[in-house]
Amino acid sequence: MKNPHRLGRWLVALGLLHAIIACAGFFAPYDPREQDRENPYVPPTRVHLVDAHGRFHFRPFFYGSLIREDSFERLGEDSAKAVQIQFFTHGARYHLLGFLPCRLHLFGTGSGRIYVLGSDAYGRDQLSRILYGGQISLLAGLLGAGLTLLLGATIGTTAGYFGGWRDALLMRLAELFVALPWLYLLFALRAFLPLAVSPLEAFLLVTVVIGTVGWARPARLVRGVVLSAKERDFVRAARGFGASNGYLLRRHVLPAASSVLLTQAAILIPQFVLAEMTLSFLGLGVPEPVPSWGNLLANLQEYSVLISYWWMYLPALAIVPFFLGYLGLAGALQEHANPYKMEAASLGGTG
Amino acid sequence: MRYTFRRMIQAAILLFGASVLTFLFSALAPGNYFDEMRLNPQISPETIISLRGQYHLDRPLPVRYVQWVNSLIHGEMGFSFAYNSPVGPLLWVRARNTLILTLTATLIAWAIALPLGIWSAATAGRWPDRVLSWATASFLVLPDLLLALCLLILAVRSGWFPTGGLVSTGFETLLPFGKFRDIVMHLTLPVTALVLSSLPILIRHVRAAIGEVLGAPFLRAAEGHGIPRRRLLYRYALRAAANPLISLFGFSIGALLSGSFLVEVVMSWPGLGPLMLEAILARDLYVVIGGVLLSTLFLVGGNFIADMMLYWADPRIRTEAATQ
Repeated sequence: MKNPHRLGRWLVALGLLHAIIACAGFFAPYDPREQDRENPYVPPTRVHLVDAHGRFHFRPFFYGSLIREDSFERLGEDSAKAVQIQFFTHGARYHLLGFLPCRLHLFGTGSGRIYVLGSDAYGRDQLSRILYGGQISLLAGLLGAGLTLLLGATIGTTAGYFGGWRDALLMRLAELFVALPWLYLLFALRAFLPLAVSPLEAFLLVTVVIGTVGWARPARLVRGVVLSAKERDFVRAARGFGASNGYLLRRHVLPAASSVLLTQAAILIPQFVLAEMTLSFLGLGVPEPVPSWGNLLANLQEYSVLISYWWMYLPALAIVPFFLGYLGLAGALQEHANPYKMEAASLGGTG
Repeated sequence: MRYTFRRMIQAAILLFGASVLTFLFSALAPGNYFDEMRLNPQISPETIISLRGQYHLDRPLPVRYVQWVNSLIHGEMGFSFAYNSPVGPLLWVRARNTLILTLTATLIAWAIALPLGIWSAATAGRWPDRVLSWATASFLVLPDLLLALCLLILAVRSGWFPTGGLVSTGFETLLPFGKFRDIVMHLTLPVTALVLSSLPILIRHVRAAIGEVLGAPFLRAAEGHGIPRRRLLYRYALRAAANPLISLFGFSIGALLSGSFLVEVVMSWPGLGPLMLEAILARDLYVVIGGVLLSTLFLVGGNFIADMMLYWADPRIRTEAATQ
């Protein structure tokens, strides 16, 4: 192998990225639903270290903005209103990892609001919304991929291990699902489910729909691996000694399929996150006020938002590091699985 | 010929299965188009029941399916509640527009991906390959949505391209050449978005397929015979690598169809995508079913063409088909 540490490095990088999203409450300065109607579409706050007089400060600060009396129009920074940024400060209540009540934030301000990535139409902080939105989008992707792999592994194993009419039936069904353009199928499934539901129901619906559409490809891959694994000599020997189907599957057949499943997971998760984004962007996914990466982009469909507020694009960039991570992980997993493949080939297997 | 026939039968069975499947899904749907009417106090419950009866929504599923197949034979594909017209004519126009978009994008994407992928494989490990790998990787991680939005804002800011639709107002008055130019201008942005989003994957596959055959003994022998490099790559290597690439061609049509859904909605291209979205939001049952089936037809058609090309390009498949 070229680089034995590659797999580990990608795993660590992805772990860190997911940890940031999982602890969104700590990294986000505000509650994602907290509105400030007096500050709609505020551009990202400029953080300074050097003040108007050229003096250097160790603690970063920003200036409040000059606002015209009769409108929300911003005329620039008000150098008289400097606000210091405080680190590890107490702010809005949240639940760390969903259950630990907590008030500690990475940063915050005593007075005045800081919008590191700007604010949206209701003056909600974009950074906080992107971080919290990631929880929804990534969870939908992870759960969806888990469901797909579970379905794929079950169906693929059944078809490959038991063969016969079960194999024929399941593989015809898989062909059917592969033949349907998956985004259209996704939309069709969504179309036949209720539209106006609570955010939690919508999230579960979207996850299940995304998870059930894509089972065919992993099922076919798993079937191939199982087919070759069950004919291996040691499996035959174990069967000869009277091992039950359950034991053989658990002990010899499924472990052979694990590397295929892991690689599929690394490929599917970002795809499914993207699917959630697409559904929510089009208004068929998780609804407001709960943020998700998709519905954060939804107001870009308004012409005025599209051309005026560039920071509203930023949620689309949030997925990029995750994409990169999973792409690298998939590559590393394939590389990691290759020596085994070589070995299997030299032993006469077709895996 | 028998091979073609068998493939067509297979495609027909697939389409039949897909139609049954979508019908089954639609039967799971809680509620339908007329449910919205119940909220309207001006429409009496009796009217709604009679409307349901008029459109046969109160019949059992198999009956509805047979009726739908019957209307399919007449080119109607059921009835759109929202448009108050048969679905067929509605879909044909949209499907044509989607086809124009995806076929153009497919052709352009492959015309770019083939030479770039071959170049990348031929220079594996050296700078053209590295630059291309980086470029494909960075385009791969950009979401299609962002790409489409960025192109749209480019159009708005620069004013070089129209920002939506298929033709400009006053299209009818243009001369033939002017009409062609107008459509090309409208096509440019959505096609660019689709090509850019599908290119990285295509280039990577071409590179992998060519790279696999480049080390083959027959190519080394050909190289030893002094056959020029370009001829070696485009005649010998490409031919040998054709098999996976042609299969990929079939699949790329499907991927582009899914990709075009979003691009069509964002860039308001009057294709199947926006129609489907409208129909989904309005619970316009038969339009959704029709849209899914038409897109399946395209995908199956793409794979059918790919199969035919494989038959033509790969002698192994010809002999296999002949012996069966």
